[in-house]
Amino acid sequence: MDATTSTSSESDLGEKGRAQDASAAISGAEIRLEDVTKRYPGQNTAAVDGLNLTIPAGEIVMFVGPSGCGKTTSLKMINRLIEPTSGTIMIGDNDVRKQSADELRRHVGYVIQGGSLFPHMTVAKNIAIVPKLLGWESDRIARRVDELLDMVNLDPSKYRGRHPRELSGGQQQRVGVARGLAADPPVVLMDEPFGAVDPITRQRLQDELLSIQRTLRKTIVCVTHDIDEAIKLGDRILILQEGAQVAQYDTPENVLASPSNDFVSDFVGSGSSLKQLSLARVSELEIQSPTTGRVGESSAQAIERARSAGDDSLVILDDRDRPAAWVWLRQIKGEQLHERERENLSTLDHRATLNDALDTMLTSTHGGAIVTGDNDRYLGVVDFSAVVDRMRVMQTEAQDRAASAVTAESRPEDEHDPDAPMEDREPSDV
Amino acid sequence: MSDLLPSGVKDLIATDDDKPGGARESVMMFVGIPILVIAGFAAYALWHQTADLDSVEASALEWSEVWLAIWQHVKLTVVSAIVVVVIAVPLGIMLTRPGFKRAAPAVVGFANAGQAAPSIGLIVLLAMWIGPGFKTAIVALALYAILPVLRNTIVGLQGVAPTLVEAGRGVGLSNFDVLRRIELPLALPVIMAGVRTALVLLVGTAALATFINAGGLGGIITAGINLYRYSVMISGAVLVALLALLVEWLGRVLELVTRPKGL
Repeated sequence: MDATTSTSSESDLGEKGRAQDASAAISGAEIRLEDVTKRYPGQNTAAVDGLNLTIPAGEIVMFVGPSGCGKTTSLKMINRLIEPTSGTIMIGDNDVRKQSADELRRHVGYVIQGGSLFPHMTVAKNIAIVPKLLGWESDRIARRVDELLDMVNLDPSKYRGRHPRELSGGQQQRVGVARGLAADPPVVLMDEPFGAVDPITRQRLQDELLSIQRTLRKTIVCVTHDIDEAIKLGDRILILQEGAQVAQYDTPENVLASPSNDFVSDFVGSGSSLKQLSLARVSELEIQSPTTGRVGESSAQAIERARSAGDDSLVILDDRDRPAAWVWLRQIKGEQLHERERENLSTLDHRATLNDALDTMLTSTHGGAIVTGDNDRYLGVVDFSAVVDRMRVMQTEAQDRAASAVTAESRPEDEHDPDAPMEDREPSDV
Repeated sequence: MSDLLPSGVKDLIATDDDKPGGARESVMMFVGIPILVIAGFAAYALWHQTADLDSVEASALEWSEVWLAIWQHVKLTVVSAIVVVVIAVPLGIMLTRPGFKRAAPAVVGFANAGQAAPSIGLIVLLAMWIGPGFKTAIVALALYAILPVLRNTIVGLQGVAPTLVEAGRGVGLSNFDVLRRIELPLALPVIMAGVRTALVLLVGTAALATFINAGGLGGIITAGINLYRYSVMISGAVLVALLALLVEWLGRVLELVTRPKGL
């Protein structure tokens, strides 16, 4: 069954690839696994048994499945941390087994749970490892380190000289992502990258990854055991059963709408309307635009402006349009607006799911969350009622769908649901 | 923040006695011991200056003789310590590589036997075999002190979190680079704790080198015993004790200086 799944999905890869081409140039490369098998000596069953898979360039593919299903083994065979027993793995036009393993790994990013930073090296040195191995000049490396720290929302001047011990879990993981991207590899492998951080930090890191990916368009292969994470991050989800047998390989919408068998439907727990919260994105919500101020602007003027607009709080932006603080008017002290600890800011990427939105709002003192777009630019604010409204709409849609499904009794299994709420994800299928 | 640290960072290295305790204790260690040693030596010098020594005592405790004995003792300790490190660290590295891992228990067992053997017996037997002198003393001392460095090198390297080794391989470091840039720096504090232990063992055992004509402060003690002069015997013992304290202190300083930042 794995063969048919992968070929049937290959046919629509082209369409999807083209559709995405318009937004940003793809810097990733296609990965092809052909009949890849891994057999450990002394074990009767193969850990990975004849896996066939095509991972389209520039997409995020999530490997999910129960523990022991071979998802991590499959991932590590791509950069040959585990050598396949047989089969071929191609990255672009290169057979990974035709080059030295060390050389291969320098051109494949690798991000691990908790960041796995080297504790005796500073943040800058951790990130610089691969560029140094590739023989970059030192000022180019220094520039790249700062650029990457900025990309993962860590202030370079503050963090580049620190040791991992002096960072929080989320910050370590950010540096881990920066290290994986350091030499601008076309392919990035991630092994449970956000498993070791608390839920709120995890959601934020996921948002950041989506934001980074929008501009970089790498090919990212990510292993997770968290189906919600897979649905949120993945352009495609690969659901594996024991022996790395492909249970389903498809877009999150299709996996949720038409699971290929009982194993998949049990695993994703589809049908529950709560799962739909993982599919709907913040960008579908009604975004409000409360009064904003600038860092360094006169406090009195900003307060005056907010009062006349009827707002009792103020979003403060920095010079690059990124949210720097969200304060009640009565909290504002001092002559000028200044930024606060951004860690405590309730922000959501506009590609975050409604699930994340609810999580974030529950911990926010404002009962809402700030929405950011590419490069963390401020877009507006969403509040609780916007989520509730959207959920109501989704529920009505789902009921309508259920009603129409009863009338049109049997439809082909792989036909996509035209009413799927993710219009912006599946432009070519409608 | 500490509970956010991934477990990999927390249990990076298995250290046996890597933190001596509170800050006050370590300050006392680093400042107190040299002061103690200087005070002890000053007291000895004062006694030497003012005591009413007979001709036998005076010749045995002549300053030139004492300085020579101290110098020989330091040389025995330092040279054998260097030999120990040069043998034990590469051996420990080898025994943690795949392929040689299985030999580790046997080699550690052999080193264990080296330390368990009575040191005086080891020294005398070797002298009968190779002949007396400085070199034989170095061989005997090195055999005796290899265990702590070998064991700590193995334990230190084994204690490096496997995820970090894999991370190193995953970003494209070669096996040798992973060893040089990740494993060894992370294992260094444990290895240095072993070196300090070896130094302390050596400075004490070097007092036996006098039996095979290799000099050292042991000579003053045995002279005191042979001549029935308690003053000479105690002088030798006090000087060995002061030197041992100083070497222990140096070992701690070395440990502190070589510890990579960020651990």
